[in-house]
Amino acid sequence: MLDTPPFPAGHGAQIRAVQIRARDWGWRHAGRHSQAVSGLDLQVTPGERVLLLGASGAGKSTLMHALAGVLGDAEDGDETGSLLIDGRRAAEARGRVGLVLQDPDSQVVLARVGDDVAFGCENLAVPRAEIWPRVRQALAEVGLDLPLDHPTSSLSGGQKQRLALAGVLAMRPGLLLLDEPTANLDPTGVIEVRDAVVRSLDHSGATFVVIEHRVEVWQDVVDRVIVLDPAGGVLADGPTREILSKQGERLAQAGVWVPALPPRFPTRSPITPAQTLLRAEGLAVGRVPFGRRAASVVAAGITLNLRAGTATVVTGPNGAGKSTLALTLAGLLKPAGGTLQASDTFAAGIVSEPHRWRSQQLLTRIGTVFQDPEHQFLAATVRADLQIGPRALGLSQAEQNSRVDELMHRLRLDHLADANPFTLSGGEKRRMSVATVLATRPRLLVLDEPTFGQDSRTWQELVTLLAELLDEGIALVAVTHDAQFVNALADEEYRLGMPDPIRLGTGAP
Amino acid sequence: MSLLTPTIRPSVVARLNPVAKLAVALIVSCALLLSIDWVSAGVALLLEAGLLLWCGLSARQFWLRTAPVWIAAPMAMITTVLYGEDSGALLWQFGFISVTEGSAQLGLAIGLRVLAIGLPGIVLLATTDPTDLADGLAQVLRLPARFVLGGLAGLRLVGMFIEDWHSLTLARRARGVGDGGGLRGAARRFFGPAFSLLVISVRRGSKLATAMEARGFGSDEPRTWARPSRVRAADAVLVGIGFAIAGIAIGVAVWAETWSFILA
Repeated sequence: MLDTPPFPAGHGAQIRAVQIRARDWGWRHAGRHSQAVSGLDLQVTPGERVLLLGASGAGKSTLMHALAGVLGDAEDGDETGSLLIDGRRAAEARGRVGLVLQDPDSQVVLARVGDDVAFGCENLAVPRAEIWPRVRQALAEVGLDLPLDHPTSSLSGGQKQRLALAGVLAMRPGLLLLDEPTANLDPTGVIEVRDAVVRSLDHSGATFVVIEHRVEVWQDVVDRVIVLDPAGGVLADGPTREILSKQGERLAQAGVWVPALPPRFPTRSPITPAQTLLRAEGLAVGRVPFGRRAASVVAAGITLNLRAGTATVVTGPNGAGKSTLALTLAGLLKPAGGTLQASDTFAAGIVSEPHRWRSQQLLTRIGTVFQDPEHQFLAATVRADLQIGPRALGLSQAEQNSRVDELMHRLRLDHLADANPFTLSGGEKRRMSVATVLATRPRLLVLDEPTFGQDSRTWQELVTLLAELLDEGIALVAVTHDAQFVNALADEEYRLGMPDPIRLGTGAP
Repeated sequence: MSLLTPTIRPSVVARLNPVAKLAVALIVSCALLLSIDWVSAGVALLLEAGLLLWCGLSARQFWLRTAPVWIAAPMAMITTVLYGEDSGALLWQFGFISVTEGSAQLGLAIGLRVLAIGLPGIVLLATTDPTDLADGLAQVLRLPARFVLGGLAGLRLVGMFIEDWHSLTLARRARGVGDGGGLRGAARRFFGPAFSLLVISVRRGSKLATAMEARGFGSDEPRTWARPSRVRAADAVLVGIGFAIAGIAIGVAVWAETWSFILA
């Protein structure tokens, strides 16, 4: 395919790469005390490819939004200094800059693939006769070989991100901005999107800026790394290799995944004998679709043994039914077939099928950490939310307080006790969602993609905590795409679509 | 097959401009709302039945989609017959319930009206793609693009609400507040997730708005349309048929002396 590019000649010549110039630039969001960005001096020459790094809260996304001209006006915040795109203010450089954001679901605008890609062109008033050739070309560049009337709702996460990229490329921007474009994707999706970006950049020669915690994805694509300083300005700026070796230690501490400095794996001391808590035999899982009565089965024939002190990971491609399996094991969905039975000691006097347990009976037995932490937040403050479980158990006020205080301390949430859970950062939300579950001390933990989109620091904390819990005898089952997570913790791996679980050598006998 | 990308069989009706279909549905409805009598509604329904044969829906699709109207019409009819304003000869009485000639006629008029207004509305929309409707509203009726496309993009979020709602209720069960508490507990279980859903939706909406803005949407500059929405001769004919149905229905009712203008 690369021998005969599907693009008509002359495309590259139409794009003029953009120059970025920041002089003592700063931005403070309306209603906030501190500056999001301050004292930024920066110059990016046309055609340069830049990886933008920095600790959480260093203002990376603010800078990206400003470059894309979507930061808003004086009502939305205070601007200082100047930030110019080819000598003009970003808001006036409409169509010169294309931005792809992190969340695949909230970037799809229209219902059909072709229409969605055409959307940006329409807004730039590209003549109709020119729009459709651009749409086809952009789809070819990102490798989305789908009919133009294909419904966007049926695309995978990686396909949606490539669609967003195609929508931006069809506008033929001189500056391509990607704000953590692969954080929510599985490994295949990450490579798909990365390769599509490289292909289009090689072709257009546009200037390129990307934010990404996972440095290894982009390190061979970019030629320059800029590290923003949370205190203002630039911390480090230079060729990729040089910055990564000089600043590696510091970056890793700030949560950046530096390839040369992988996070440490915790040492486990497995308990013996590992007692079975929950056993699935020939289990079929599925959801009851909206407005139907029978479940549509997504995976069947699952036989699993979840044992105390043992970590089981469930892997497999997108759409294989991993999350549905997790929700079923957690007693939240009714099995669509086969059996799922708790052992007598685990059930402790109630019926053996988890889906028949009352909500309150689940609390001390199975704790579930959802993929999207926001789904499990119930109260207006972190402290009140953490107390919900212990209160539902009917614990004394003193016991409630001591459990919550201990958890907030252990998960570094003390300073956020009165904050609204919805306003926390990504890493804080994840720690908080784990804390809500641990507050009732369940014997089995079910986690759905616990490390998705997390920086290396949160990852390290999470894995260390889970290892401690395993050593205390808690059983753990996690749905994950994260190979490092599997290596760090898993005793058994169950690949959906495979007949038997693969036993890994690290844990219980 | 989904709300936003319905599978629509190629047919004469499917090719018509959605704005023309909307116009016909409105014309017939307005005409029938001017009077409550059984003749005008019956005539309109009879004429529409001829058109519905051409609508391009399979029999199964037709009955499935119009089922609500077929249930609503007899219900409205029966309640009016039993409890409607009495006039004329008494036909049947049981306690408070009395059926008279007047209430029977009124019931028939209301039942037929629900069918005559509901059926074409549902069928015309079932053969219309929301994207085409938005194109028509913006290009033919010149409604503001910001409003029409904003609404269309927002419609896509509805499917996600259902997903979110599902996760939110499961999460409540997982957190120990998924059952119990009687009526108050049930109310809390509805309003709790409803509030979370609101917060999550507003965020999703604002993210979508940023993504749209990043693609040049929302400025006052003129924009082009990738999909032309044209009004053809067939669309004019359809609107003409709409007027004809309304006219004939009113004409026959006036001739049969059943027409009673509600504003008179």
